[in-house]
Amino acid sequence: MTYQAKLRVWRGDAEGGGLRDYTVEVNEGEVVLDIIHRLQATQAGDLAVRWNCKAGKCGSCSAEINGRPRLLCLTRMGDFDENEVVTITPMRTFPVIRDLVTDVSYNYEKAASIPGFVPREKGPDGVHRMQQVDVERSQEFRKCIECFLCQDVCHVVRDHEDNKKVYAGPRFLMRIAELDMHPLDNLDRRKVAQENFGLGMCNITKCCSEVCPEGIHITDNALIPLKERVVDRKYDPLTWLGAKIGRRPHP
Amino acid sequence: MAAELPGLAIEKHFYDVVVVGAGGAGLRAAIEAHEQGARTAIVCKSLLGKAHTVMAEGGIAASMGNVYPEDNWQVHFRDTMRGGKMLNHWRMAQLHAQEAPDRVRELEDWGALFDRTPAGLISQRDFGGHRFARLAHVGDRTGLELIRTLQQRAVQLGIDVFMECTVTKLLTDDEHGMVGAFGYRRESGEFIVWQSPAVILATGGIGKSYKVTSNSWEYSGDGHSLALKAGATLVNMEFVQFHPTGMVWPLSVKGLLITESVRGEGGVLKNSEGKRFMFDYIPEYFKAETADNEAEADRWYDDHSNNRRPPELLPRDEVARAINSEVKAGRGSPHGGVFLDIASRRTAEDIKRRLPSMYHQFKELAEVDITKEPMEVGPTCHYVMGGVEVEPDTAAAKIRGLYAAGEVAGGMHGSNRLGGNSLSDLLVFGRRAGASAASHAAEQKATTPRVTDEALAAARTAALAPLERQGGENPYTIHAELQESMNALVGIIRTESELQQALDKIASLKQRIQNLSVEGKRRYNPGWHLALDLPNMLTVSECIAKAALERHESRGGHTRDDHPTPSPEWGALNLICSEADGSVSLTRQPLPQMPDDLATLFKETPA
Repeated sequence: MTYQAKLRVWRGDAEGGGLRDYTVEVNEGEVVLDIIHRLQATQAGDLAVRWNCKAGKCGSCSAEINGRPRLLCLTRMGDFDENEVVTITPMRTFPVIRDLVTDVSYNYEKAASIPGFVPREKGPDGVHRMQQVDVERSQEFRKCIECFLCQDVCHVVRDHEDNKKVYAGPRFLMRIAELDMHPLDNLDRRKVAQENFGLGMCNITKCCSEVCPEGIHITDNALIPLKERVVDRKYDPLTWLGAKIGRRPHP
Repeated sequence: MAAELPGLAIEKHFYDVVVVGAGGAGLRAAIEAHEQGARTAIVCKSLLGKAHTVMAEGGIAASMGNVYPEDNWQVHFRDTMRGGKMLNHWRMAQLHAQEAPDRVRELEDWGALFDRTPAGLISQRDFGGHRFARLAHVGDRTGLELIRTLQQRAVQLGIDVFMECTVTKLLTDDEHGMVGAFGYRRESGEFIVWQSPAVILATGGIGKSYKVTSNSWEYSGDGHSLALKAGATLVNMEFVQFHPTGMVWPLSVKGLLITESVRGEGGVLKNSEGKRFMFDYIPEYFKAETADNEAEADRWYDDHSNNRRPPELLPRDEVARAINSEVKAGRGSPHGGVFLDIASRRTAEDIKRRLPSMYHQFKELAEVDITKEPMEVGPTCHYVMGGVEVEPDTAAAKIRGLYAAGEVAGGMHGSNRLGGNSLSDLLVFGRRAGASAASHAAEQKATTPRVTDEALAAARTAALAPLERQGGENPYTIHAELQESMNALVGIIRTESELQQALDKIASLKQRIQNLSVEGKRRYNPGWHLALDLPNMLTVSECIAKAALERHESRGGHTRDDHPTPSPEWGALNLICSEADGSVSLTRQPLPQMPDDLATLFKETPA
């Protein structure tokens, strides 16, 4: 069951670096993160990698394996041929700090800029009542473990650094959708989604949904419905008339 | 060598309150301190939102009475104390039971979306040791919901967060107590000091001292060790919880947690003969409230009032010991565990809906479909009941200006924690610690820096030592040896000779870490990070082994093969750890006395 795997790992930092070859032992049932840890313990003590739970729950060990954005802890070595060279590189959309660790502060800045939750008043008995069916839509998006693989794969920012200023990326557009569909949230978020967070730049290629380790239907269930609601608002004749005669804010 | 290292200047910050740790307790503490007007900073080893709280699955215990209106704080208090075999600090258990419902409802005000009852209220599920269905939950990812809600709240409030920073030393002086915390940025390796009259430890647990554990790398006992070295005390360190159901196969995921909700939702434990063996392990203490036959146990899921709880839902220490015994008796599963079966008990659709992340976890990591096959499970090091000795109402440690909340604090759970009581503990005592720290800081209103250059230089020199040494010990090797020893010698079942062996091993490892060396430089260097975490792991391991050797009885998360029963004398004593000259010493301290109005709760017979 044990074999020697050929690994190619990107080593370096912001100043530069390159792929380096290693041969590392693999045992039955192991995942790529196990192999990275063995490499650390036996051959490269200073190999930088982020990780926490090793169970697909925290979203720390994001990287690209053979060019595909994946979690190191959920990628089984058994998925590769024993003779195949497995190439592990840092997420390309974010600046490298060292080895497999990238600077993901773009994501934290976007998170901080989204207007927070604004709840409606509680019921007369002092509690919020919601039906399961109504909470489930937003619950799907709250499964997000913030691994940022969707942000990494999204071509709007992957190859266009400038777009980062005006585009929040699938994870944070989904956060806006989550709040928009939250049964208790009172804020109309359609205008900011379009104008401040670049919803219109998403052209629904669904790459984000494909790489999501939680299987969240980011495009179908969050981004497309949010786009539809933005459109409804923009082309709603009453909104248009209201804006014209100055009784409601401009859409 | 030192001359080549960049950034020997130290980045300095001033705050009223510094919170170390950004799991549930740390975030809740920071939110409270901020809301009380304190300039507050959160310092955490990982990125925000990745802390271990994210791994909590089952739920938050709170007697809201949404499912069983007859539930109330007294029942929750009683369950908690009995689960901890009466060694809990009664006042902590009382505050916890009283305040948990408000803390859960507050999360909803901040955007959390719990699963609902048909009446539209927060749904509550069954868990081991709780008389009523009491755990507010979101599928089996409640910890993620809790941390995300608190994280988003903290961000919305604009609280400063120092991500990927490790604190290596608490700074104190004789006049003021706490004056700050010293650490480094993991990313750059540069040093940083937060000067502050109040520090809240919310650093979680110690599981990384064990080989088989459900805990992440962050659980290196930092807060326990920092507190001890600053002059504070630890209580109940001999009590370590082994969660009965960790994965056992493949080896890669050995120890990974399987939520107790699997049993709460109807899952049962079976041995290799197909027998539901838990009926053979009902202790006298819980006989009155535990079903002794399968028919009654199965009826209980729909009717708690007229039936007793299935033995699979006994407190975790009981279930873990039972599994251990079955495996030792040769009735284990192929990979050295037992079987946890939900497939034959609930429909595939129900399992996927109620336990989605368990379904996902087994599918992805073990290629097992839990809707069709049983899981193989075995005990895994999960939680330390012991921690910083605190004053219950204020979460204040024995050093002025130092507070502790969550897993790093001791006393709340006695000798064994009930499932679901951890998330509520984080919220209740996180909030209390935040409020007390803010009010302490307000009294101080320190404007002059109190941290001396000498203290900073000493802390910096200590942190740099492993990088400057050549050809010394490899930290990964020492870590592996410690984990093997703790697992083998200070595990679920303990004996005097093995504990002594463990202490000898720890003593030799303490010598060897004086000579650690790591390759590479300071920028994001995991070898260096581990070298700085190792002394903490050794300190807490020493506390656990010493206290375990001293306590001549079996109780909760401490089982002595050579002292197999609980003793009334030990039941009235806490063991307190303190440190002097790099060595841990123990003192015996009488348990705080519960007032009569609470004591009467234990005279009633349970329903």
